[in-house]
Amino acid sequence: MRLSVTGIVKRFGAVTALAGIDLTVEEGEFLTILGPSGSGKTTLLKAVAGFEVPDEGQVHLGDQDVTLSAARHRNVGMVFQNYALFPHMTVAENIAFPLEMRRVSKPEITKRVGETLALVELETYGARLPRQLSGGQQQRVALARAIVFGPALLLLDEPFGALDRKLRESLQLEVRRLQRRLRLTTLFITHDQEEALIMSDRIAVMDQGRIQQIGTPADVYDKPVSRFVADFIGESNLIEGTAANGQVVLPGFGTLAHPDAPASGPVTLLLRPEAMRVGAEARAAHCQAQCTVLEAIFLGLSIKLRLRPEQGPDLLARLPLRPSDPPPAAEGSSVLVGFSPEDVHVVPRG
Amino acid sequence: MSSPAAEREGPARKRERHLLLLGLPAILLLLGLFAWPVLRLLAMSVQDGTLTQLERAATDELYVAVLFDSLQIAGLVMVICLLLAYPVALWLTRAGPLGVALGMFALLLPFWTSVLVRTYAWMVLLGRNGVVNRALRDWGLIEQPLPLLHNLGGVLIGMVHVLLPYMVFPIYAALLRIDPDLSRAAEGLGASRWSAFRRVVLPLSLAGVGAGCALVFVLALGFFITPALLGGGRVVMISMLIEQQVRELLDWPFAAALSAVLLTVTLAVYAVINRVSRSARLATP
Amino acid sequence: MRRRDPRARAGAIILTAFATMVFVFLMLPVLVVFPISVSSAAYLQFPPPGFSWQWYQRFLDDPSWMDATWRSVQAASVCTVLSMGLGVPLTFLLVRSRRRGIWMLDRLAAAPIIVPTIILSIAIYGVFARLQLIGEWYGVAIAHTVLALPFVVILVGAGLRGFDETQEQAAAGLGASWAVAVWRITLPQLRPSLVSAAFLAFISSFDELVVAMFLSGASMTLPKKMFDNIMMEIDPTIAAVSVMQILLVGACLGLTALFGRGVLATTMSR
Repeated sequence: MRLSVTGIVKRFGAVTALAGIDLTVEEGEFLTILGPSGSGKTTLLKAVAGFEVPDEGQVHLGDQDVTLSAARHRNVGMVFQNYALFPHMTVAENIAFPLEMRRVSKPEITKRVGETLALVELETYGARLPRQLSGGQQQRVALARAIVFGPALLLLDEPFGALDRKLRESLQLEVRRLQRRLRLTTLFITHDQEEALIMSDRIAVMDQGRIQQIGTPADVYDKPVSRFVADFIGESNLIEGTAANGQVVLPGFGTLAHPDAPASGPVTLLLRPEAMRVGAEARAAHCQAQCTVLEAIFLGLSIKLRLRPEQGPDLLARLPLRPSDPPPAAEGSSVLVGFSPEDVHVVPRG
Repeated sequence: MSSPAAEREGPARKRERHLLLLGLPAILLLLGLFAWPVLRLLAMSVQDGTLTQLERAATDELYVAVLFDSLQIAGLVMVICLLLAYPVALWLTRAGPLGVALGMFALLLPFWTSVLVRTYAWMVLLGRNGVVNRALRDWGLIEQPLPLLHNLGGVLIGMVHVLLPYMVFPIYAALLRIDPDLSRAAEGLGASRWSAFRRVVLPLSLAGVGAGCALVFVLALGFFITPALLGGGRVVMISMLIEQQVRELLDWPFAAALSAVLLTVTLAVYAVINRVSRSARLATP
Repeated sequence: MRRRDPRARAGAIILTAFATMVFVFLMLPVLVVFPISVSSAAYLQFPPPGFSWQWYQRFLDDPSWMDATWRSVQAASVCTVLSMGLGVPLTFLLVRSRRRGIWMLDRLAAAPIIVPTIILSIAIYGVFARLQLIGEWYGVAIAHTVLALPFVVILVGAGLRGFDETQEQAAAGLGASWAVAVWRITLPQLRPSLVSAAFLAFISSFDELVVAMFLSGASMTLPKKMFDNIMMEIDPTIAAVSVMQILLVGACLGLTALFGRGVLATTMSR
């Protein structure tokens, strides 16, 4: 079902946790709230789940105003950060719990628990206790428990935080597949930008109790609307310059014309490390500078360079690497670095 | 559009209301059958509008002497308990599983056995023709039975027996919380086993020692059954005096005054020992 | 074998010897009542000249002993039910509430341990005398509840503090009311603490003498009857009663070890 949040404000004493949030998650959409800790994303989640009542604003599920209704009447499935599985109940009893609360008949419960266990590929684990399962299995049980009753909305509160990297990646894709298949309207909370980019239909970037930007992963990555978003998502070089007469003056790099640049005044350009041109490629670029390689970090598929131009702050560059390639630049050597207008994004000033 | 804040009772406020309702019956019981009766009793000491009763309880030589005896006994019991309990607790942290099981059994079974049963047993053990005297006589160690009962020694034995576990458990708990790597580290840094204990383990266990001392002293001060039975009338503690005032002399105002004195001393001692052990705990991680 | 510094070895031996002596001191009174309880002698004599069940027989045949025992069982049972029924909800308030003054209630709930029992006894006696509750076993049970509440609060509180509250939130999100969540999710996981607390409440009432001395009047509880018996005559019936009490406690300890928080944790909260 569609979730819409309008004008939500929540204060704790003098602290404003949410300063007017408007947000819509379309039916079947996977929307991620991405923000650093303290950005208000957990408070927003609690307001949607019914664990917190906002001071102002409304929460609608479908056509229904649920702002003031208790968590148990909202029909929202939630996966907690630490899963909150009931340790004294078996896996099957855990999954049966929401059905029991809804007074579903015994045979129907057995049937649906079986189906849901199959869905998360834990058919044979029904009789086990949560502590007898691995972290990834526990996470799947928590997911099964949250979807077994056909919730109007699925909430995921940093559910992958406790897992190791490999497992996390495979579970992320699994959850995404399941969500698509069941067309579950999903609100996902995380502080991990990589995770947000992988999983979401849309991402809402939150900071200081406000939504800073909302859009597709490509949107927020390529066209951040503020320094905060640019900085928070991915690695970035932020280059400061001054616009005058249709040209942006970048100290050390010369000048650049860009359609999005203002006519005059200070300008911030975002240049992703992978967009940076290094060595021979840089010769054709509009802007160029000679840099010293401070560090060359081997990352397997790519190499990351930390570069020091003669003027301005250090820059990052990321170059793809094939096994046969020779190392592109040694530490301490000097390389030519450059970029063109199509490589940069002008970060709006707000 | 947005509803006024007053209508929006959040789950947190609702929860507080439910919690208060839950606790209310017990609070009423504690107020009605604990706080009020005790305050009412204390008020009796000044019910004639003067401080005469309190003054008598706090200055009359006889009563002051009993109070000091009580403090002295409580102090002695505390010190003896500490001297016995610390090595036992230390031993428990170093013993193997079987040793711990046996030690715990020896601590727990008597601890849970009624004080009355244990006091009776001590009377059997310590009496003129009791087990101990008979054994000593049979082994030819003594000719005349030793006076073990109906004196201070008997009372101390009985009270230490009752209160010893109260000292062992907090110290044992404190010792268990100390990471064994700490004393290994100290030894690795060149300390002898003894100085590793003295400089590392002992200071870290002081919080447990403080808790045990506070508990034992406070409980000992209010003891009634054991001194009444093992003291044979020759050892008088302040709680026995209070009982006598109520039961035999029916002098409620004076019993109330003595209660006020006992309560004040108890709370004061408890506060002091707690303060000391809290400052010791601050040094503990 | 690990080689050890001979001085450390000597220290360990001395420590073990000392601890053993203390354990013997602790066990001695518990053990001594066993042989006496089966003595064939007509009065206290040690070692017993012969074996006989006569003191157990006398206990079972004497209506005043049986009455006192029954009364104590009743009072302890009611005390257990009351202190659990009142204490467990109180613990939720004390542990969960974020109200600012809650620490004062915390102190109030713990205070009956610190206030000397004699003061509490005569204070309650003063009130009960007015209400004509002296001599009623349920009066004793209610007064014992005041004494048992701190144990319940401490023990269940320790369990509740260790309980992850998000589980209740999870249950609410899955459709359970708070009451259902507590009943189905929280309390089952607190069971060890609850069992221990109930055991503690029962024993504390069953063994209690000072309050009972003042409140039970002519209808004596078992400890009061034992006390009078010790004061009057030392006859081995007491030893028989003592043995039965020790066995009862032993059985309860065994049950607590099986179903409770563990004997040690229970004891440490006392």
